[in-house]
Amino acid sequence: MIPGVSIYEILTVTTLLFFIGIYGFVTRKNLISILLSVELMLNAVAVNFVVINKYLYPDMLQGVYFSVFIIAVAAAETALAISIIINLYRLATSVEVKATETMKY
Amino acid sequence: MEQIIFYILAFIMVFFAIASVSSRKILRAVVYLLFVLIGIAGFYFLIDYNYLAAIQLTVYAGGIIVLFIFSVLLIHHIDAEIEVATLARRILVGLASLIGAGLTLSVIWAHPFVVAENSTKPTEVREIGLGMLSYGEGGYILPFEVISILLLAAMIGAIIVAKGTRLTLKD
Repeated sequence: MIPGVSIYEILTVTTLLFFIGIYGFVTRKNLISILLSVELMLNAVAVNFVVINKYLYPDMLQGVYFSVFIIAVAAAETALAISIIINLYRLATSVEVKATETMKY
Repeated sequence: MEQIIFYILAFIMVFFAIASVSSRKILRAVVYLLFVLIGIAGFYFLIDYNYLAAIQLTVYAGGIIVLFIFSVLLIHHIDAEIEVATLARRILVGLASLIGAGLTLSVIWAHPFVVAENSTKPTEVREIGLGMLSYGEGGYILPFEVISILLLAAMIGAIIVAKGTRLTLKD
C-alpha cells in the first residue's frame, strides 16, 4: 500500500477515469476515438483490481492475475478492432460511426 | 513523499484523460492517452507491483499506442479535425457521466473497507509466475492457456481481416 494514501482516494481517481471513458465513448463519432475511450475504461478497471488486491488482501495475487488477463484481452481486442477499422476505411473511405451502416454486404 | 507523487500522478491522469476525450485532433488524443497509460504505469510502480508496471509500459505504451498512431497516420491527415457531437448532446452526456460518477463515489465512500495492515511485503515475479502456471487450488493454468489461444486467434484474425478482399479474389 502507498503510505499516506487511503483506498478511497485511489478508487476516486479510477472512478473518474472510468466515467471520462464513458463520456468519450458516447460523444465521439470517430471509431478510433471510441476505441481510445474503451482503453481508458479497461485501464481504470485493471487499476481497481490491483488496488483492491493490494489494500484488502495483500497476501494474495488474484488481482494481479486478473489485471494481466485484462491487459492481454485488451491487446487482442485493439489489434482486431484496428484491422476491422482499416478494412472499413477501404470499403467506405471513412471511419465515422455513421459510415458503418454499409458494413454488412 | 509517496503521497505527493500519487497526487501529481492522479492529477496528470485525470487531466490528460479529459484532454484525450475532448481533443479535436485525433493524433493529439492518442498522445494524451499515452500520458494517461504512463501515469497508470507509474501508479503500479508506486503500489509496488513492478511486474505489472513493466507489462503496462511494454504492452500499452509500446504496443497498443504504436498501433493506434500507425492506424491514425494510415487513415487520417495529421491535422484533420474530427467531427464531434453537438453541444447539447455533450452537455447531456457530461451531466449523465457526472451523475453516474457521483453515485458510484457515494457508494464507495460510504462502504467501510477493512484495509489490511502491515502489507509492505514486496511481490516477487517468481511468485506471480508460479501462481499462473500452477494447476492446484487457486492456480491459473487454464485461463493462461486460454489467453494464449485467444492471442493466437486474434493475431490470425487481424491478419485475415486487414488483408481484405484480396485474399478471397485469388482463390
